[in-house]
Amino acid sequence: MAGRPEGGASRILLCLTMHFGPHLLLAALEGLVTSAVLALTALGLSLVFGVMRVVNVAHGEFFMLGAVLTWAISTAIPGHPTVGFLAALVIAPLIVGAIALVAERLVLRRLNYNPEATIVATIGMLYIIQQLALSFYGPEARPVEPPFSYRILLPWFGYSGYKLSIIAASALLLVLTWLVLTHTKIGLIMRATQYDSETAQAFGIPVDRVYAGVFSLGAMLAAVAAVLIVPISQAHYLMGQDPLLLSFIVVIIGGLGSLRGTVVAAVLIGLSDGIISVFFSPTLAKIIATLLVAMVLVFRPQGLFGTASR
Amino acid sequence: MSEASPAKAYALHLGVIALLFALSFVLPEYHHGLLARIMVLAAFAMGYNMLFGYVGLLSLGHAMFFAAGLYGAGLAVIHLGWNVPLAFLAGIACGALLALAIGLLALRTNGVAFMIVTMMFAQVFYLVILYFAAWTGGDQGLVVPQPARVLSFGATSLDLTNPTVRYMSALALFSVVLLVTLAIVRSRYGRVLVAVRENEERTKMLGYDTFSNKLIAVVVSGTICAASGAAYALLFGYVGSSFASVQYSILPLLWVLLGGAATTLGALIGTVFMYYVIDIASGYTSAYLLIVGIALILLVLFFPKGILGTIRQRWLGWLP
Repeated sequence: MAGRPEGGASRILLCLTMHFGPHLLLAALEGLVTSAVLALTALGLSLVFGVMRVVNVAHGEFFMLGAVLTWAISTAIPGHPTVGFLAALVIAPLIVGAIALVAERLVLRRLNYNPEATIVATIGMLYIIQQLALSFYGPEARPVEPPFSYRILLPWFGYSGYKLSIIAASALLLVLTWLVLTHTKIGLIMRATQYDSETAQAFGIPVDRVYAGVFSLGAMLAAVAAVLIVPISQAHYLMGQDPLLLSFIVVIIGGLGSLRGTVVAAVLIGLSDGIISVFFSPTLAKIIATLLVAMVLVFRPQGLFGTASR
Repeated sequence: MSEASPAKAYALHLGVIALLFALSFVLPEYHHGLLARIMVLAAFAMGYNMLFGYVGLLSLGHAMFFAAGLYGAGLAVIHLGWNVPLAFLAGIACGALLALAIGLLALRTNGVAFMIVTMMFAQVFYLVILYFAAWTGGDQGLVVPQPARVLSFGATSLDLTNPTVRYMSALALFSVVLLVTLAIVRSRYGRVLVAVRENEERTKMLGYDTFSNKLIAVVVSGTICAASGAAYALLFGYVGSSFASVQYSILPLLWVLLGGAATTLGALIGTVFMYYVIDIASGYTSAYLLIVGIALILLVLFFPKGILGTIRQRWLGWLP
């Protein structure tokens, strides 16, 4: 009797060590997929905040629009799912970018980018986009077929090749954005506007048009992220809520307007989100995460990695 | 903000209260019930206006104060079997304590950070309600049983589910909140708040402790909102998590913006107007959020002072 429980325990321990490695790998891979999508979405929010100094509460709705449009485009184009998906990858962000551009010209510019009025106005946009999606797309969650369904066989389990390609695509886009920001004239103009918009204006930079472009670009990044994620989740008119909250969290932790901080925080949040959800109920995980981030904002407003604002 | 005789302002407000009292006897049943609800929600909007209009602090989390009152009163009746006055006080106390805690934390930030922090605290509050579904009923909510909603003084008892009693109770709450708001706004303290809104640095330089003045404003505002929430639970008998959701933080902002921020009667006008617009629109379409969204954008774009704010600017400079 005395030896039995001990033997049981050691067997469980053995099982744990045998399965824990692959489990951890699986959790890490899933977390990296989340991080990849999150980094793109949050980068959009961060760019808009960094350059324009306004918070776009409708950012999650641009994400949702990207997913819904992907469904619409891929069902409208017949033939192999790859064709429809690739078409969506190009067209959906362009449409979302155009919508954001119109919203920026019609509303934000007239508000003179007043931070508080902008939040109220983007809340209005959030309601409008959400309600229109509900009216025209409906309350159902609809799947989109992945462009390819190749499974990569690891020694312990098979893993969706598409999910790995999301990580690669996101990394590519992030590097591209970084190159544009640091090595091109457009990037220089954007950084100059971010650093000091008045001086930039005095040096002949069309600040007004930079703002329009950045707002549109931010929405497009969210839309691209949604196109990438929709084959493994589903398109739904309320799907913008969680990305918005998580993007806020990433942007705040990473320091507002810092690309490197955003990426680091996205990986951190993406990885820990999966692990926390394993141990706690999703609701409790959300409570803890939201409370922690609120505390970061209260006690360390420049973010964990950011430097003090000027 | 020209200096006017206080008699004029008080006469106007007492006139509005008298008008609402008279309406009780002429309104058809449906509108009678609707107006009772609107008056309770207008008290919520006035609490919000206290902070947003007069101190200039835009909170996106006031649903948590309303819900603190709602749940504080509702759960005290349901789980503890407390009577109506005690439950009402419990609701108010919950809101006041929550407002004090939130104020101490959130007031370390300002501007956009204040908006986001209040929104996040409200989200936490909402999730906590969902998490403790065993007591709160989760997203289903709880019904406050009718027998518990009776106010008894010795031999006489008032049934809060009776439409007339309900209307008069709502009017009593509304009147008290309205007159308290008016008194605060006209007081020295009210002027300090406006000074903080207009130029906090200068107010600080003049020797005012702006932090504690703002903290008091947050607590007063949260307490008023909690009183409204507690009254809502006791008068309408339903306690639900939707009242803690982001939407109920946005609605008072919308009502106050529409009626006119920093006007005492604007909250009532905005609430009545928006409530009826949504009520009429929902007869034709289920897309009422579309109307809320469009109203928000049009208001900030073309009408930032709201209805009463514009009237005050153009014609009646003495409006408080």
